[in-house]
Amino acid sequence: MTFGILAFGAYIPRLRLQRKAIADAHGWFNAALKGQGKGERAIANWDEDAVTMAVEAARDCLTGQDATRVEAVQMASTTFPFLDRLNSGVVAEALNLGQDLATADAGQTQRAATSALMTALRGGPATLIVAAEKRPVKAASPLEMAAGDGAAALLIGAGRPVARLLASATRTADFVDHYRTPESEFDYQWEERWIRDAGYMPLVPPAIKACLAKAGLGPEAVTRFCMPAVLAKVANSVAKAAGIPDAAVADNLHAVCGETGAAHPLVMLVAALEAAEPGEKIMLVGFGQGADVLLFEVTEDISALAPRLGVKGHLARRKEEANYSKFLAFNDTIELERGMRAEADKQTALSALWRNRATVTSFVGGKCSKCGTLQFPKTRVCVNPNCTAIDTQVPEPFAAKTGKINSYTADRLTYSPDPPACYGMIQFEEGGRWMMDFTDVDEKDLSVGQPMRMMFRVKDIDSQRGFRRYFWKAAPAATGRT
Amino acid sequence: MPKGIRDKVAILGMGCSKFGERWDMNAEDLMVEAYVEALGDAGIETKQIDAAWLGTAIEEQHVGKSAVPLAVALRLPYIPVTRVENFCATGTEAFRGAVYAVASGAADIALALGVEKLKDTGYGGLPQRGRGTLPNMTWPNASAPGYFAQLAAAYRAKHGSAPEDLKRAMAHVSVKSHDNGGRNAKAHLRNKITIDTVLNSPMIAEPLGLYDCCGVSDGAACAIVTTPEIARSLGKRDLVSVKALQVSVSNGTEAQHNSWDGSYFATTRIAATRAYQEAGIAKPREEISLIEVHDCFSVTELVTMEDLHISAEGRAIHDILDGFYDADGTIPCQIDGGLKCFGHPIGASGLRMIYEMYLQMQGRAGERQRQDMPRLGLTHNLGGFPHQNVCSISIVGRYEG
Repeated sequence: MTFGILAFGAYIPRLRLQRKAIADAHGWFNAALKGQGKGERAIANWDEDAVTMAVEAARDCLTGQDATRVEAVQMASTTFPFLDRLNSGVVAEALNLGQDLATADAGQTQRAATSALMTALRGGPATLIVAAEKRPVKAASPLEMAAGDGAAALLIGAGRPVARLLASATRTADFVDHYRTPESEFDYQWEERWIRDAGYMPLVPPAIKACLAKAGLGPEAVTRFCMPAVLAKVANSVAKAAGIPDAAVADNLHAVCGETGAAHPLVMLVAALEAAEPGEKIMLVGFGQGADVLLFEVTEDISALAPRLGVKGHLARRKEEANYSKFLAFNDTIELERGMRAEADKQTALSALWRNRATVTSFVGGKCSKCGTLQFPKTRVCVNPNCTAIDTQVPEPFAAKTGKINSYTADRLTYSPDPPACYGMIQFEEGGRWMMDFTDVDEKDLSVGQPMRMMFRVKDIDSQRGFRRYFWKAAPAATGRT
Repeated sequence: MPKGIRDKVAILGMGCSKFGERWDMNAEDLMVEAYVEALGDAGIETKQIDAAWLGTAIEEQHVGKSAVPLAVALRLPYIPVTRVENFCATGTEAFRGAVYAVASGAADIALALGVEKLKDTGYGGLPQRGRGTLPNMTWPNASAPGYFAQLAAAYRAKHGSAPEDLKRAMAHVSVKSHDNGGRNAKAHLRNKITIDTVLNSPMIAEPLGLYDCCGVSDGAACAIVTTPEIARSLGKRDLVSVKALQVSVSNGTEAQHNSWDGSYFATTRIAATRAYQEAGIAKPREEISLIEVHDCFSVTELVTMEDLHISAEGRAIHDILDGFYDADGTIPCQIDGGLKCFGHPIGASGLRMIYEMYLQMQGRAGERQRQDMPRLGLTHNLGGFPHQNVCSISIVGRYEG
């Protein structure tokens, strides 16, 4: 038994905002944006946030893994939906991991995920590290162009790791390249050239040197160098200063995804692991008020890992979005007239949420132990008309099941942040069905019989009280897993 | 099988307000409008009423809870008054309460009044409603057309119907109801339309366009019922009596069990079978003269023709396009314009349907009077959604006892 990364997963939201759309909208005001109007950035759907993306990345990571062995969940982000409610607790509940679990949220810095990862890799409980980010961005800001939304997850523990840690090093420095406070909704950033010259260059290469020294390896041993930086070519400069071959510098996914903040080191690591051969040395750097450097060696077991979507598969699950106005509306950057139907009270009875958490958050239904009928939700009386036995149902998880569309519509009357609201009856092959919202679908692609998978999403946002509730929605089942 | 209530109760008088956007009327005013007509028709005084039932579905929009608003509006003499609510079957539920009271002997004369004041929301369509704390967390953010539209998807999948054929039959349903509504002075929508009007109307919930949806209206309707013996003693002739009253309520099977394919109303099929049995009807397609069904959406009317066992399964499209249900067809459906054009003040709708039967059977329907005086008429309400609903069916007919 060896300790290390047992599995990895990622989640990149399906919508890809074309940067040209941003440049076209704001070029009149900030001409510098015109030159940045290339490629695309991942944007969360209106019903996605750091928690929902973390859940999807974690599910991707746990593909083919025994989830019951997870002993701890750590979520890293600087954009937690809740300031005082354990976000990793929501993730754990959605993953139906049970209560015998340690959980913690790690935030406040762009290296929140790498620091959490370093701690988990010291040995100890089997830990699921999830990192997710959905950064608020000002219209016409450079970050609006550079950022992307996304998540990644790693399962750390003892077993047959796909990569093991050779060494790590860390540095702390109160270098304020940017900051965000409860009073300031958006990042405030200092000059980019200063960040490079006074931040990355003096701080990172010494940490790399220390890490390599611990590993007893020279810089040329590094085959993949994963260091997020919103500034172009900074990773190349750091690698050069540290003696790492330029060919090892990993693509920062700027062209296809954008920089996913605190999640980006793990997103880049997952992308590297997807392509790496056994024996490769992957160096991961997290930068933010200091630096974390981790050096991994890929093992032979990487080829035995069950297929998953990962970064590659999620990047392929893609829909171009050229409507910049939609991005602004999804993020409340502009206030649309939503109509009176949007005024309906969305208060959540927290006592009812707690009582029904298995149904609502974990998507656990019931299986009648007398007649075997699967049903959602789990109730006291069996739904099978030929059974109706009382108190015979045992919990039956539905989240991993694939259903098919029994009936559907695309509704333009009801309020939806992204009309038309598509929903319908989803029927599970083994039994059970539910009338539910669809997400990540296009009206024209809907048909009876179409396979659908379950995804954890924001159900409603209670703008009156600042609460958001989560539930599961049906999305077209992923095809062609990579 | 219980004996049922066939011919135990007769209609003494009925009334119905004008339906529509009654901007100048409170719910109480609408109640009085329907009641004054019914009282005059019955030829009695308020003090002769022994018990009353008030039907309102979206009471948070107008009168609030309890039966007090009816007692106050009509100055009922401290009699038992009960408020009932059962989605769109509310009006028929109020009627059922009054009919059962008379049939049991607890009341000699009973009143059922349904009312809805929907046009105080500030927007078109039905008001947003609470669904309960847990459904709020797990149900889709759906509208009524969105739920009913799904019948079309499932119906097409089951019968292999081409989308354009189904859409054309649905359009015929709406054109027919607009034709009928034009002959009804109390109807909300009285304009004639064409098939193209329906087919080219803005999409509401695929495949339902604007003209596949019924009107959202203010209105009230009421019935005063008694025994046939008392009705005769009060000098009434040509009595219309209640032949059957059935309600069937989903128990979650459609919503949670895979035995339902989504293309029909399980409740309607059960309620219809029971109602025919209660009324002693063996061949509904041959025996029923007139029907008023819950045409909240064109597709609802279409599949209901099969669920009532009048059109054979998969044949509703053909019957509709053949004119079987037109005003001059074999069994007119919505000869008064239906929910589509008479309008749909929810609590009033079931009673409005019975009102039309009552008028038609007495030859009092004016411009829209059916030539051969109808003998047996069926009314049908459907509340909720195709996958979870309340269905009520009443059969009324000429009293021949």
